[in-house]
Amino acid sequence: MSTLGRWLRSFGAFWWDFIVGDDWRVAAGVVAALAVTAGLAALRVPAWWFLPVTVLVLLGLSLRRGIRQAGNR
Amino acid sequence: MRNVLLVLAVFLACAVETVEALTIVFAVGVSRGWRSAVQGVAAGLLALAVIVAALGPALTFVPLGALRLVVGGLLLIFGLGWLRKAILRASGFKALHDEDAIYARELAAARAAGRTRRAAVDDWYAFTLSFKGVLLEGLEVVFIVVTFGSNQGSIPLAVLGAGLAVVIVTVAGIAVRGPLARVPENTLKFAVGVLLTSFGTFWGAEGAGARWPGADAALLGVIAVVAVTALVFVAVLRRAHGRRIPGSSPVTEPVEVL
Repeated sequence: MSTLGRWLRSFGAFWWDFIVGDDWRVAAGVVAALAVTAGLAALRVPAWWFLPVTVLVLLGLSLRRGIRQAGNR
Repeated sequence: MRNVLLVLAVFLACAVETVEALTIVFAVGVSRGWRSAVQGVAAGLLALAVIVAALGPALTFVPLGALRLVVGGLLLIFGLGWLRKAILRASGFKALHDEDAIYARELAAARAAGRTRRAAVDDWYAFTLSFKGVLLEGLEVVFIVVTFGSNQGSIPLAVLGAGLAVVIVTVAGIAVRGPLARVPENTLKFAVGVLLTSFGTFWGAEGAGARWPGADAALLGVIAVVAVTALVFVAVLRRAHGRRIPGSSPVTEPVEVL
């Protein structure tokens, strides 16, 4: 791999780690939850409750994965 | 109320990151001399100030709805990351951040490294280590300052919160002449995680077009729900950790208040 390629790779890895962090599924879940909230709001259905509920579920699932990872070490 | 919470969130986040940066800078300064370490700190702070100065005004041109959607989503991802780590640490499933151990490790590495001079810098190793410590720990704070500040329309207020934290932690570090191991970092990270997640949820939903019942007052409700749920997770996981290792206390590391 060229020097530029290695630099781009490590640059991308840094920002991925900085923004997404340890659990990419949380990031994907947040994006999906925002899309569903926008969809509900567009349909004029009360949408405020969906994001907080989903966020707490995502946190619980992420903690479960974290505990499994800790157990595997 | 939002402004108070804004300053509080930025202050706490910045205090945590400053404690971590200070550990690195102290290890470098004590082991290799202060001149190059301080030059590295100055260069790091300058780089962070340039990023805030460039990003802050740029974000004011983005429509508020789109800004809240994107920033809310990013804050949520960030906040959940902080909260996840804080809960796992408080319940014993992850080792606590130990500033004394990190300080000892950095000190040993700094003493073992060679010395080279570049341009106006006497000790390039000390300079780059301090620079990286300040820049990398500060990037998260810059992100929080810029996103919170632009959403609230008050970047100077967010900068004030960050500046206060830097000054207070630095003065405390100079007073004790070492890493601030007694700062309850995990508790601070827990609080920051709750605030980032709550603001992210509030702004993200608003940006997606949802209308909160009670308008701005709903933010306090979101903070309460997130905080209580996170504390319940800590209590449940502590018990689970105790069951997993019979005879041990639920938490294997020194416990901070939570």
